Amino acid sequence: MSGIANLVVAPIVLPLLAGAGMLLLNGERHRNIAAAVNVAATVALVCVAVILLGMSDSGHAGIREVYRLGDWPAPFGIVLVLDRLSALMLLLTSILALASVVFSLARWHRTGAHFHPLFQFLLMGLNGAFLTGDLFNLFVFFELLLAASYGLLLHGSGLARVKAGLHYIVVNLVASLLFLIGVSLIYGVTGTLNMADLSARIPAIAAESRGLLEAGAGMLAVAFLLKAGMWPLCFWLPTAYAAASPPVASIFAIMTKVGVYIILRLSLLLFGEGSGASAGFGGDWLLWGGVATIAFGAIGTLASQDTARLGGFSVLVSSGTVLAATGTGQVSVTGGALFYLVSSTLGISAFFLLAELIERGREPGADVIAVTREAYGEDDDADDAEEKVGMAIVATMGLLGVAFIGCALVIAGLPPLSGFIAKFALLTAVLRPSDMHPGGAVPGAGWALLLALLVSSFAALVALTRAGIRSFWASPDRTVPRVRLIEMAPIMFLLIICAAQTVLAGPVMRFMQATAQSLHAPAGYVSDVLEISAQGSRKAVGK
Amino acid sequence: MELSLAIGIGALAASGVWLLLRPRTFQVIIGLSLLSYAVNLFIVAMGRVRTGAPVLIAKEIGDATKHADPLPQALVLTAIVISFATTALFLVVLLASRGLARTDHVDGQEPEA
Repeated sequence: MSGIANLVVAPIVLPLLAGAGMLLLNGERHRNIAAAVNVAATVALVCVAVILLGMSDSGHAGIREVYRLGDWPAPFGIVLVLDRLSALMLLLTSILALASVVFSLARWHRTGAHFHPLFQFLLMGLNGAFLTGDLFNLFVFFELLLAASYGLLLHGSGLARVKAGLHYIVVNLVASLLFLIGVSLIYGVTGTLNMADLSARIPAIAAESRGLLEAGAGMLAVAFLLKAGMWPLCFWLPTAYAAASPPVASIFAIMTKVGVYIILRLSLLLFGEGSGASAGFGGDWLLWGGVATIAFGAIGTLASQDTARLGGFSVLVSSGTVLAATGTGQVSVTGGALFYLVSSTLGISAFFLLAELIERGREPGADVIAVTREAYGEDDDADDAEEKVGMAIVATMGLLGVAFIGCALVIAGLPPLSGFIAKFALLTAVLRPSDMHPGGAVPGAGWALLLALLVSSFAALVALTRAGIRSFWASPDRTVPRVRLIEMAPIMFLLIICAAQTVLAGPVMRFMQATAQSLHAPAGYVSDVLEISAQGSRKAVGK
Repeated sequence: MELSLAIGIGALAASGVWLLLRPRTFQVIIGLSLLSYAVNLFIVAMGRVRTGAPVLIAKEIGDATKHADPLPQALVLTAIVISFATTALFLVVLLASRGLARTDHVDGQEPEA
């Protein structure tokens, strides 16, 4: 195995070493060293992810790097698989991580112990879940990232966080148990846990065992959908995200996407075309569940009174959209959904960071009062003590406003930013279902998805406009928040990436479509994982 | 053997679910533990129930059906360790919640009677 191929394992090893190393430092006194290590490791991770993305996209269709952890051939040993989708998710994770870790340096990392090691362990779990080619390893990485996320959610402490954290932990522990039941059912039926091997074996499963197999897959799906936040498994999500400290909420924006990623990967790998009698298993559930999630999220965005909760419900809309698109089972829709996934995750992540900066300028609970005031029509201007807290420059409000508009455009899907192109690509693909029904009419489900997408965009627009008016125009009594450059830079960084995604929409869209095509043709994945391993085993015998 | 195992798993899972739905955090944690026992037994059962069969194939590769499957046992070990760790973590959060909210209700406040 050549040196560059070893890079595949780097996204797991790097955070592990960085996190473990930071644990050796004495928390309070060496916090600056820990922060430096954290930033350095995250920057390195971004570089690694960029190289891996290049590797996954180089050469002809769908070249995959298979990394055998114990050097045992694939169905027996544990493998990491790098393809376009996992490389894309790795890059997205590392970019979000970079933004939120830099943001946390301003003040949030001081509000509790062990922020930096936990952050790196979370990254390790995320990267592992994106790279693994084995169901049980997926469980282990899931537990890793969840354990780290429990700690991060509680970071900063306080009753609200502990309450939300308690619910979050119970919900996720139960989901993990369901995950285990699903995994063991699938193992009991097929006798393997390697995803590629599963995909190869599922067409040959006897008819009488299919019920068990599908029950297992359903259990697994419930566990993942709970993480992805599909309605009706999503009631924990807005509260938990709103309670988390802003840098944590910002990185949590990718956590629902882990569930979405696994659903996307497994539903196409195990139950794609050519998987025999079970082909398309669960597609309708995903589609309608996704539409219901979008509806729930849209209503939630309209109803939410504070900005962080608004972000939480936007997360739901975003994962609902991708789930519903996955449920349609069409290549072009999947491509659009991937574009949407990247753009909406970046936008929401920036929004969580921004929400805190905007909130900083006003007294806690002002949002709630403002909405109530709107509802009851009382207009009393608050008597407020003008206490300007340093650095009250006009540019701060201007910058915050621009950033807010940027986030709103991305989340609501309006031109000119990437959200619009993403929604446009999705809608075009839904209206022109060329690859499944040539020349056919748009199916009813397609119209439902279309309607849900448009209405949710509108709801997001209304809710965000209201929030914007409330925070920027309608409150003359507010103090200008003290914002440091180190807090503004990450938000701008995320928005600039959204802008870059817009400018380079052509190449990015080509990449997404290529990803979608290789996802919809699981035979390539299977042969890459099993064949490369077969050559390896021959080599091992030759030695 | 199969029957007693199945009844055992069922009883554990049922009591676990019932406790999980109770309003006190301590009941929830016991419910989670019972559920994880049920799941661990279930994983072992998925490797086929067999008594006294060797795990490793000794000298000649005989009839594979006469051997026990070692993989579920490895899986269950991992699952036990992980559920143990997460239960310990949950216990800490439970105590924090008890300390901050001054009640052991899962919602952090007593329901209004």
